[in-house]
Amino acid sequence: MDFALTEEHKMVQEMVRKFANEAIPIIREYDRKHEPAPLLPRMAELGILGVGIPVKYGGQGLDYISLGLVCEELEYADSTLRVVMAVHMGLCAQTIFHWGTEEQKQKFLVPLAKGEKIGCGAFTEPGHGSDFAHIQMTGRREGDYYILNGEKMWISLATLADYAIVTVRTNPEAEKPHRGLSTFIVDLHSPGIKRGDIKGKLGVRAGSTGWIAFQDVKVPVENRLGEEGEGFKITMTAFDRGRYTVAAGAVGLIRAALDASVNYATERKTFGVPIGQHQLIKQKIARMARDYEMGKLLYLKAGWQMNEGIRATRMTSMAKWFATEAAFQAAHDAVQIHGAYGFSDEYDVERFFRNGRGSIIYEGSSEIHTLIQADYALGYRRDKPLRIELPPYDPEEWQ
Amino acid sequence: MKIVVFVKVTPDTAATVKVDDSGNVTWGDAPLVLNPWDEYAVEAALQTKEAHGGSVTVVSMGDESALEAIRRALAMGCNDAIRIDDPALAEDDTLSTAKVLAAAVQKIGDVDMVFFGRQAIDGDTGLTPAQTARLLGWPYVGLVAAFRELDADGGTFTAERAIEEGRQVVASKLPAVVSVAKDYGEPRYPSFMGIRKAARAKVPVWSLADLGIEAPAVKVRLTQLMNPPKREVQCEFIEGETPEEIAEKLADKILAEKVL
Ligand SMILES: Cc1cc2nc3c(=O)[nH]c(=O)nc-3n(C[C@H](O)[C@H](O)[C@H](O)COP(=O)(O)OP(=O)(O)OC[C@H]3O[C@@H](n4cnc5c(N)ncnc54)[C@H](O)[C@@H]3O)c2cc1C
Ligand SMILES: Cc1cc2nc3c(=O)[nH]c(=O)nc-3n(C[C@H](O)[C@H](O)[C@H](O)COP(=O)(O)OP(=O)(O)OC[C@H]3O[C@@H](n4cnc5c(N)ncnc54)[C@H](O)[C@@H]3O)c2cc1C
Repeated sequence: MDFALTEEHKMVQEMVRKFANEAIPIIREYDRKHEPAPLLPRMAELGILGVGIPVKYGGQGLDYISLGLVCEELEYADSTLRVVMAVHMGLCAQTIFHWGTEEQKQKFLVPLAKGEKIGCGAFTEPGHGSDFAHIQMTGRREGDYYILNGEKMWISLATLADYAIVTVRTNPEAEKPHRGLSTFIVDLHSPGIKRGDIKGKLGVRAGSTGWIAFQDVKVPVENRLGEEGEGFKITMTAFDRGRYTVAAGAVGLIRAALDASVNYATERKTFGVPIGQHQLIKQKIARMARDYEMGKLLYLKAGWQMNEGIRATRMTSMAKWFATEAAFQAAHDAVQIHGAYGFSDEYDVERFFRNGRGSIIYEGSSEIHTLIQADYALGYRRDKPLRIELPPYDPEEWQ
Repeated sequence: MKIVVFVKVTPDTAATVKVDDSGNVTWGDAPLVLNPWDEYAVEAALQTKEAHGGSVTVVSMGDESALEAIRRALAMGCNDAIRIDDPALAEDDTLSTAKVLAAAVQKIGDVDMVFFGRQAIDGDTGLTPAQTARLLGWPYVGLVAAFRELDADGGTFTAERAIEEGRQVVASKLPAVVSVAKDYGEPRYPSFMGIRKAARAKVPVWSLADLGIEAPAVKVRLTQLMNPPKREVQCEFIEGETPEEIAEKLADKILAEKVL
């Protein structure tokens, strides 16, 4: 067993760390203004939006582990930067990479991976989040088109994306509700689409989270991903990819909370000593250091599984569940260590705290991951082979 | 154009560098990086190649840790790399280094331009570029902030030097050695494609025998290293009701202390 990162991984890490440092002052400004930070063009220019996709499809040819490392570095600066990777890469580009036909890959994946187009994943609806099988939005087949009607809600990058992966109900008569769903690649500039950003969010304030309304939107049949009725399965694999990025990002948030806390604890003095010398502060720091290592091992294992072509559903769920809860705890403790200063946006930890709260809800709430893990352990749940498996990482193929 | 850029590996600028009890310089477990000034040299070399064609070879003298600097330069876009390493080079000074680097330029052959950073952030002498130029018998243009013209075929160029008094415009013949100032412009990020290439690159190692030279004599020896003495600094806040009053008090203080 080899725990070492490759030279390539280390250089990717270093490069994205540099970008993240550059982004921090911009993030602070936009988080305060509660407006999406204009960082997508820079991320595209640096190739970050193509990490996790082979070169022949417009990507950077870097493996799944690199994608995790990138997410960790991005969320060290701010969750909104990692959210971009979660939805543009995880939910959208990699889902097309997994399920798309060669034509779909050439048409949609190439511009996405090059960062010329931005992608998102629109699954949640106003009435249905965790209970995804019962979503209401419909797609009615008419000749060579499907006509989409309904609304998606809480969609990251809703107002910035060009393409969305959208899952809708195409067969209301299906015996089991989840069998009646199909997934589409939708051009968000199509007639009949309205969208907007949600205001008053607790966190991810420097990013876009919004709604997308569809009224009689015509989507050509050739934009359907996979078969009709395969939408539920496809969406679940999209979540595998999204969750992986969220897990890795949360590990970055733990590190950010830890670094900020260590800095503060060695400088702030109470009762004549740096607060780092008080046992109760040590306990919080120790927990952050431990959770950082544990979260990292979990997501790297999931990344390794994907590289090897091993199904990573169970591992990504576990990594996401653990790391997001640990990240929120770390941010909470970091605020506490900063005392009253932690309660102010003069320090970054209050932003970590607000951002960390969201990850426990999206990409499968902690409750849902608890159920998933219990069901795997109890044998109530097992991964069945998919019609198409996620392509493993192949250094030759991907160049 | 055939371009060579010399780089050095140094401790990260964020590292706390100090002299330990046994008199050695240490920087804890801070990472080693491409000397920050050399990033500007790599940028200038790459831009010159992009404008006039040819190739950029990155060369570093040092043990395996020099690969950190070499890989970074490759990831930024250099075409190939050479590392110079030899047990006989354990001790060096700027002149002995320059002799080795000049020999490397000769061995590479037909080089049109050699780029250096203005200085290395560790030794901070800034001597090696000029010494290398002298040994090659080539013109040396230090602290280049911009190239105005460069005629590769005619073998001439005009550069702006960033000097204390302002900008100085210098015309020179090629081949030449230049050092690059910060004013040249922000160095680029390494690209992911570059990273992939750099991570896999097999960097050839040249020994003194490969260069056809003996170990150059070292003329400067460091006899002792010590931490700078701690300075007692007294800080006084000047207070007042209005900015004018504060400024007046400050001016009086400055005159009283004979700062001006
Ligand atoms: C910042 C942000 C970004 C988002 N981005 C996207 C995006 O890009 N694309 C997208 O499609 N969606 C996105 N979402 C939506 C997110 O995926 C949903 O919020 C999430 O799936 C939970 O659904 P819900 O909000 O409808 O909560 P509900 O499903 O209504 O759940 C409410 C509560 O009940 C719990 N619960 C539900 N079922 C059970 C059960 N069986 N047992 C125990 N407890 C249960 C949940 O855990 C939760 O605590 C985003 C959300 C946020 C906050
Ligand atoms: C919204 C708000 C309103 C406030 N209103 C008022 C007000 O009206 N009047 C007023 O006087 N103050 C007010 N405060 C200040 C508040 O009382 C202080 O923030 C609080 O006493 C903590 O002090 P501190 O922020 O200096 O943190 P510090 O004392 O610097 O503590 C930093 C961290 O070290 C921990 N710590 C300190 N000593 C020990 C120890 N021995 N062992 C273990 N851990 C230790 C603390 O628990 C904390 O986690 C307010 C603060 C806030 C956020």
